[in-house]
Amino acid sequence: MKSSVITFPGSNCDRDMDVALTKFGFKNKMVWHDDQELPKSDLIVLPGGFSYGDYLRCGSMASKSKIMHSVINFAKSGGLVMGICNGFQILVEAGLVPGVLLRNKYLQFICKNVHVKVDNKENTFFKNLDKQVLEFHIAHNEGNYFCTNDQLKEIEDNNQIAIYYCDQNGNTNDQINPNGSIKNIAGIFNKEKNVLGMMPHPERMIDESLSGEDGSIFFKNLLNNIK
Amino acid sequence: MLVNEKIAIEHGLKSDEYKKICKLLKRVPNITELGIFSAMWNEHCSYKSSRIHLKKLHTKGKKVIQGPGENAGVVDIEDGDAIVFKIESHNHPSFIEPYQGAATGVGGIMRDVFTMGARPIANLNSIHFGSSQNKKTKNLLRGVVHGIGGYGNCMGVPTIAGQTSFDSSYNGNILVNAMTLGLVKKNKIFYSKAAGLNKPVIYVGSKTGRDGIHGASMASASFDDKIEEKKPTVQVGDPFTEKLLLEACLELMAGDSIIAIQDMGAAGLTSSSIEMASKGNLGIEINLNKVPCRETKMTPYEIMLSESQERMLIVLENGKEDQAKKIFDKWGLDFAVIGKTTNTKNIELFFDKKSVAKIPVNTLVENSPMYDRKWKKSKLPKKNKINKTEFNNFKIKDVLKKILSNPNICSKDWIWEQYDHTVMGDTIQKPGGDSGVVRVHGTEKAVAATVDSSAIYCWAHPITGGKQIVCETWRNLISVGARPIAITNCLNFGSPENEENMGEFVECVQGISEACKYLDYPVVSGNVSFYNQTKDVGVKPTPTIGGVGLLRNYKNMITMSFKDIGNQVLLIGKTEGHIDQSLFARVILDEKKGPPPEVNLFNEKNNGETLLNLIEKNYIRSAHDISLGGMLTAISKMCIKGNKGIKLKKPTYLISEIEYFFGEDQGRYLIEVNPKDLKEVINILNKNSVHYDEIGTIIENDIEINQKTKVTIDELRSYNTSWLKKYMA
Repeated sequence: MKSSVITFPGSNCDRDMDVALTKFGFKNKMVWHDDQELPKSDLIVLPGGFSYGDYLRCGSMASKSKIMHSVINFAKSGGLVMGICNGFQILVEAGLVPGVLLRNKYLQFICKNVHVKVDNKENTFFKNLDKQVLEFHIAHNEGNYFCTNDQLKEIEDNNQIAIYYCDQNGNTNDQINPNGSIKNIAGIFNKEKNVLGMMPHPERMIDESLSGEDGSIFFKNLLNNIK
Repeated sequence: MLVNEKIAIEHGLKSDEYKKICKLLKRVPNITELGIFSAMWNEHCSYKSSRIHLKKLHTKGKKVIQGPGENAGVVDIEDGDAIVFKIESHNHPSFIEPYQGAATGVGGIMRDVFTMGARPIANLNSIHFGSSQNKKTKNLLRGVVHGIGGYGNCMGVPTIAGQTSFDSSYNGNILVNAMTLGLVKKNKIFYSKAAGLNKPVIYVGSKTGRDGIHGASMASASFDDKIEEKKPTVQVGDPFTEKLLLEACLELMAGDSIIAIQDMGAAGLTSSSIEMASKGNLGIEINLNKVPCRETKMTPYEIMLSESQERMLIVLENGKEDQAKKIFDKWGLDFAVIGKTTNTKNIELFFDKKSVAKIPVNTLVENSPMYDRKWKKSKLPKKNKINKTEFNNFKIKDVLKKILSNPNICSKDWIWEQYDHTVMGDTIQKPGGDSGVVRVHGTEKAVAATVDSSAIYCWAHPITGGKQIVCETWRNLISVGARPIAITNCLNFGSPENEENMGEFVECVQGISEACKYLDYPVVSGNVSFYNQTKDVGVKPTPTIGGVGLLRNYKNMITMSFKDIGNQVLLIGKTEGHIDQSLFARVILDEKKGPPPEVNLFNEKNNGETLLNLIEKNYIRSAHDISLGGMLTAISKMCIKGNKGIKLKKPTYLISEIEYFFGEDQGRYLIEVNPKDLKEVINILNKNSVHYDEIGTIIENDIEINQKTKVTIDELRSYNTSWLKKYMA
C-alpha cells in the first residue's frame, strides 16, 4: 500500500508519521508543499506541526499551498486523506471537513495521553477495530472543536463524528474533555467518510517504550482495511 | 556623533576600559566602533571576571570531542555518533518580558546546537522564581512557561526534563536557563573557525531589525527601578523562521560547501563575525548595505548591534554561493553575500561606500579586559544545635504532607504538560523522572539528560554546593540506567564586583571542578551569568548543571515507579540524618543556618558505579536518587508513580525517625529488587563495600511506617499534585 505525507514549512511530525507508516508496511513518500502533483497513493497524510508558524490562523496558509489543489481533488474523487493535529486544522481550513478549531479552553498547550471512544466503524479508518476505547496522545494549543448548531445537527445526522474524548471506560463528560471541544469531539469525517481529521497523534504510540501502543493497533487495522 | 568618555560609560564601559580602547586604536573610536567594543567587552561576551577561574574547570576526557570555546560541547556516544549540548541563561530579558525572554533563550540555545551540524533532539530547562507570595511570581512563571513551550513546541523538539524552584532571593531577578541536546555524525561536525582568504561571508535567516540592541550589555548590569525601560532591548522570537533555518542549514550541511558557521546570538553580527575571524586568525570585511534589514534607515551602529533572532553567518567555499542560495530560497529565507575574509586581521565595515569602522580583531578578543576580582573565602557554618527530643512531637504524616506539597517538591506537571515532550517519537522517559531519556533515532542506544541546581547548599557553603550539584546530576543519570558522560554548566550569580558574590562564584567553580575531576565527568560547555541582582541584592548562588549520559540499550532503562508487590526495597548509601539546610529544617523548623550535607566523592563514585553494575546485570526493577526532602519524599514519589505502597521498617540506627526519613545525606539511592535476586544484590553491595539498609516490601495501597502511621497513595498524590495547579488557577 502506498502513502504520501505532505511536508509544509513548519510541519514537525512529518518524519514521525513517515516512521509509523513505514513500520506498519506502507510504502511512504514525502511530498513537498510546493509540488503540483501527488505520487500515486492509497492514503494521503497531512502531518502535525506548526505550518507557517500557525500565524494568521492555524492551518490557514497551508490550506492554500500548491499541493492542496491536488489533495482536494484526490479527496473529492474518494481518495483516503487523514489530517493529524495541524493536519486536521488544515483540513478544516481547506473545507474538507466541517467546523473550526479554536484555542484550548484553558488557553494552554496540552501534551498528554488521552482516551478516545471510537463510535463509528462504518468507514475505512476504523472498520474491524476490535477496541472501543483507544489510548492516544495529544499535543496542541488549538484543538477546541467548534461548529454551529446547524452544522452539528448535520454532522450527527450523517454520523460524521469519528472519535470522542472519554475516560478509560469510554464515558464522555466535561471533566475528561481536555480542550473544551463541543460534544468532546476529537476527530471528525467528511460526509463520505474518506477524509478524517483528528487532534490525537497515533504516530506517537507505536511501540512499548513510548507513551503506549494503541497507535500500532490503529495503523495495523488501517493497513488491513486498505489492502 | 563624537565619542567621549561619558558616552563610553553610557555604553557600560568603565573609564579605564575606554582609555584602553583609545590606546589600542591609537585614536578615539567612532560611535560604531565604540558600540562594537562595548558589545565585545561586556561581561556577557568577554567573560572578563570569570575567565581566569573557568580555566580551572575539568574539561578533558576520553569521550570529549569538543570542550568549552565553541558554540556547544560535543561528546562521543560510539558508532560514529556524537551528542552536541549546551546550557545557556536568558535571565535578564525573561524578567523584563517573560514570554519573549524565555522563548528566545530556547531559540538561542537550539541555534548554538544546530550551528554545529546537529539536529536538536531534546530540550531541558531550569527556571527559578521568587517566593510564591511575591506578587510578580505567578505572571512571570506563566509567561516563562508559555515562552519555553511556544518556541520549543513549534520547533518540534521535545522538552524532556527540567527543574523549577521558588526562593525569595529571585524576587527581583528570575533565572531562566535553557539546554539543548543535538545528534550529529562525528565526521560531520561544523565549527566557527574561518579559513582561507577571499571566501564569501554569507548572511542567512531573518532580516535585521532594531530589536535587542544592547541586549548583551543589559545582561551585564544589575537591575534598578527603571528596568521596565529596558523592554526594547529584549529580542522577539520567531520559532517558525528558526524551524526553516534549521532545516535549511542541515540541508546545506549535508554537502561540503561550508567552511565555518556561527549563529548570531548575543551581540549579533558583531560577535559572530569577530568570533569567526578571530578563531581563523583572519580579517573580515563586511558591506553593511548588503545586510537584509527589516526596518528602513538603519545605521551601521544599529545593524552591528541588533540582536534580531534566527540569523546565521557562514563562510562558504568559493563558487558554492548559487547552490547554497537555492536551498535558502526553497525555505523562503534571506540569503546575502555580505563580505569576504581578508588577510588584514581587521574587521572592516563599509556603508554607503565609506569605511565606517576598522578595528584589529585581536584588540576585541585577546586584548579584551580580564579581571582577577577580589573575592571572599567562605567558612563552613557551624552545625545547628537542634534539640532532637523535640522531633518526637512531630507526626510523620503531617510533616510528609507539608514537604510533598512544598512548592520546591510538588509535582510540576502543570508546567511540563504545556511542553511537547513526545514529538520526534523517541521520548522513552518523560519529564517528572530522574532524567529525561530519548532514543538515538533508529538505534538501540538512548541518551539521558538532567538539569539540577541547589542554590541553598551553594549559599550555605559554595564549595560543597558546587560538588553536590555535579553529584546530583550524576545520580540522576545513573538512576535511569545511563552511564554519565559529561556536563554543561550555567553559572548564575550576583555582581562580580561584590566580594562575597565573587567568592561564591570562585568557590562553586572549585567545587564543580573537584567533583568533575573525581568522577571523570568533564565540563564541555557552559555560560556565566553575573549581575543577577537588583540594586545591592544578588540571587543565591545558582550554578545549574546539565548532565548527559548514555544507555547502550534503551530497553534497559530504569524508571522510579514501583513495579511489583512483594519486591524488596533497599536504601543504598549511609544515612547520617543530616538535617541542617534540609527542606525539613527550613519548612518545618524554620531554621536557615548550618552547613549543607557533606559530599563524599569516594562514596558517590563507588555507590553510583555499583548501582550501574547492578542495573547492567538486570537486578534493578526501579531506582530513584534521594535528594531534596530526603528518603521519605523519594519513597513517596516512587509510590505515586507506581501506584503501589510500601511497608517500611526503619533500621535500628540510633538516629530518630525524622532524621532517617527527612535527612538529606548525599550519595544515596532507593532500589527495588525482586526477592529472588536479593541475595546476589546484597553480595555485590557487600563486595563493593557499599552501605545499604533493607527498608521494606512493596504492598498494595499505603505507606505503612509503623503501627501509628499509614498514608494512602491517593493522599500522597493529592499532597503532591495540588499546590501548583491551585496556585496557577
